[in-house]
Amino acid sequence: MILIIDYKAGNLTSVKRALDYLEIPNRFVKTGDELRDAEHIIFPGVGHAGTAMTVLKERGFDVALREAFERGTPIMGICVGAQVSLSHSDEGDTPCLNLIEGNCPRFELTDKSLKVPHMGWNAVTVTQPHPILQDLQLGDEFYFVHSYYPKPNDPANIYATCEYEITFPAAIGYKNLFATQFHPEKSGRIGLNILRNFARWNGTV
Amino acid sequence: MLSKRVISCLDVRDGNLAKSVKFVNTKDIGDPVDAARRYYEEGLDELVFYDITASSDNRNIMIDVVSQVASQVFIPFSVGGGLRTVEDCSQVLQAGAEKVNVNTAAVQNPQLISEASRAFGAQCVVLSMDVRAVQPTPEIPSGYEIVIRGGRTPMGLDAIEWAKQGEDLGAGELVVNSIDADGTKEGYELKLTRMIADAVSIPVIASGGGGKPEHLYDVLTEGHADAALVASILHYEEYDIRELKEHLHRRGVKVRMNW
Repeated sequence: MILIIDYKAGNLTSVKRALDYLEIPNRFVKTGDELRDAEHIIFPGVGHAGTAMTVLKERGFDVALREAFERGTPIMGICVGAQVSLSHSDEGDTPCLNLIEGNCPRFELTDKSLKVPHMGWNAVTVTQPHPILQDLQLGDEFYFVHSYYPKPNDPANIYATCEYEITFPAAIGYKNLFATQFHPEKSGRIGLNILRNFARWNGTV
Repeated sequence: MLSKRVISCLDVRDGNLAKSVKFVNTKDIGDPVDAARRYYEEGLDELVFYDITASSDNRNIMIDVVSQVASQVFIPFSVGGGLRTVEDCSQVLQAGAEKVNVNTAAVQNPQLISEASRAFGAQCVVLSMDVRAVQPTPEIPSGYEIVIRGGRTPMGLDAIEWAKQGEDLGAGELVVNSIDADGTKEGYELKLTRMIADAVSIPVIASGGGGKPEHLYDVLTEGHADAALVASILHYEEYDIRELKEHLHRRGVKVRMNW
C-alpha cells in the first residue's frame, strides 16, 4: 500500500490515477499520524514551496516524514515534493524538510529565448545507477513544469540530470528517499515505469 | 533542451468526437476517449479537448469524458470550451485535466485569465485565440483580428495586442488558431504564428492548417512555434504520429522519440 500525502497541493489525483491504472494499492493520508505504519510514501505536488511547507507543518507531516525517513520507509517526492525534501528553497526563502542537504534555486538563464517555467518534455540522463531508474534508456524524456530546481550540496545525491541551458538535477536521492523534479505520472509509459519501480523498491540503493 | 511538442485537438460534442472545416460543417467521427488513448499510445505529447456542445445542460458529459481520459492517458492535457468562471475551470482540473483552455469567455471577461492564473498557477492557464486576417486598420495594425463564438463575431481587437495582454494577465501558454487555415490542410499561418511567438515570452501552440509533416516543420522552425497542433490528419488516419515525428527528427527538430 502506497500512502499519498494530501497537503492540498495540485496534481494529487493524477498520481492516484496513475497508481490505480498500474493496480498498485494506494490511498491519500491527511495527517502525519497516518504515516506511522506506512510501507511506501509518495509525496507529490505542484505549487509554491512556502505554501507546501505551511500545510505540511499544519498537518504534522514535517515531523512524520522525518520519522518515516529514519525508520527506512521508502519515500518518493515529486516536483515540489522533491524540492521541499532539501534544506531550503529560494521560493519564498522557505526553510524546508532537510532530509537531503541542499537548496532550490530559480532558473537564471542567460538565453532569454528560453522560457521559465521550464515546461514540457525534456531528456533525462542517469548519472548513477538507482533501482528506480533501472529501465531508463538514452533519450528517454519526461514531462516537467517548474521554475525552481533541486540542488543537493553533495553530488553523490544526484542520480539523473537534465539540460536547460544549465545541467540541473532531475532525480535526487539519499538512502530510502528518492525524488524527481519531473512528473512520472504525466510522462507516459516511461514515467509509469518509475512509479512501478518505486512500488517494488525496498529503500536500499 | 525542451522538445517541440506535437499536440492534437479533439473537439467533443455531446460526448462524441467531432471535426469541422473552417469552423462549420461539423460532423461526429468517433469516441474521444478511444482516440485519446490511441494517440497517447502512438506517442502524442499532449492533448487538447474542446467542448463544442451547444447546450450547457450537457456539461456533465464533458466532465465524464475528462475523467475517463485522465484515468487512461498519462500525458498532459487541457480542456476548454464553455469555461466561464474559475469554478468551471476548477471542475475540469479536478476531473483530471492538467490545464484549462479559455477563449471566448476570456475575450469577454479578461479577468477570467488573471483569476484562473492566481487560483491554479499560470502554467495551468492556456489562452486560446481564434484569429482572422483582415485589412490592417489603425484599430488592427497587424492585420490579424480576434474573433469569438467559434469564428462568428469579430471583436475589433488586434491579435498581437491580445496575445501580449493575455500574457500580462497571467496566461501560461497561447494557442493561436488561424480560422483562415483551419481544416484546409494547406499549412499553418506562419506569419501570424511568428508575429505572436516573437511578441510574447510564453510558449505558442500553432493551430489550423496542418496537413503534412512539412507543415509542422515549417511552423516549428520558421513560425517560431513551440508546439504544433494537428487534428484532421490524425483523425482521418492520413498520417500517424510516428511519421510526423520522424520527419521532424530527421530534419533536426528535437522531438520526443521514445515512448
